[in-house]
Amino acid sequence: MKFQISDRPIDRDGLRRALQRPDCGALAVFEGWVRDHNEGRAVLRLEYEVYRPLAESEGLRILREAAQRFGIGDATCVHREGLLELGEAAVIVLVAAAHRDAAFRACRYIIDEAKRRLPIWKKEYYADGEAHWVNCRHCAARPAADEAAAC
Amino acid sequence: MKQVTVRLFAAFREAAGFDTLAHATGAETVAELFAELCAAHPGLRAEAAALVAINNCMADWESPVGDGDEVLYFPPVAGG
Repeated sequence: MKFQISDRPIDRDGLRRALQRPDCGALAVFEGWVRDHNEGRAVLRLEYEVYRPLAESEGLRILREAAQRFGIGDATCVHREGLLELGEAAVIVLVAAAHRDAAFRACRYIIDEAKRRLPIWKKEYYADGEAHWVNCRHCAARPAADEAAAC
Repeated sequence: MKQVTVRLFAAFREAAGFDTLAHATGAETVAELFAELCAAHPGLRAEAAALVAINNCMADWESPVGDGDEVLYFPPVAGG
């Protein structure tokens, strides 16, 4: 299991090679790309701010949860920080498992939990010159009890 | 009074105009401490989905503030 924050472009092929193992017959990959629009506005680039100490520990915890729930072989997640241009991968999740169902489900779990729980913030720079921090309105505040207990 | 260090991130940092603050407080909980900061920095407002951590551990908003604590306030997250 590997969770990383990276200030450089993500080497997807290297991550893929590192996950290959003889007991796994499936690899599910999710990439989140920088898109040229959001909620009707033209987007030029994104900036990610990351609080690394907690993002890294919580990211690893999400991967371990996925392993426990879905019985996968291995998983990797890398998230970028800093300024990103259109088309760059902001996040990538790779899951190797014996069969595809576990790989798909674990991959979905990891990206959903990462978006909801990691202390990462996104600023959008628009074509009209404005820039705003994006609020994830679908993300509920997390009940803190289980997280506090893990410290 | 307790002496704490407050750290703000992203939108909270820009709204308040600081990222790290040494602060003396009588607040009992981290929620009360945040209300104190909002009163002192009018740009700063509570957000329903905001998160709080104490000394690098995620915490409850009713968690007590201790002398020497580092309290981190996270605006609603938006990774991915």
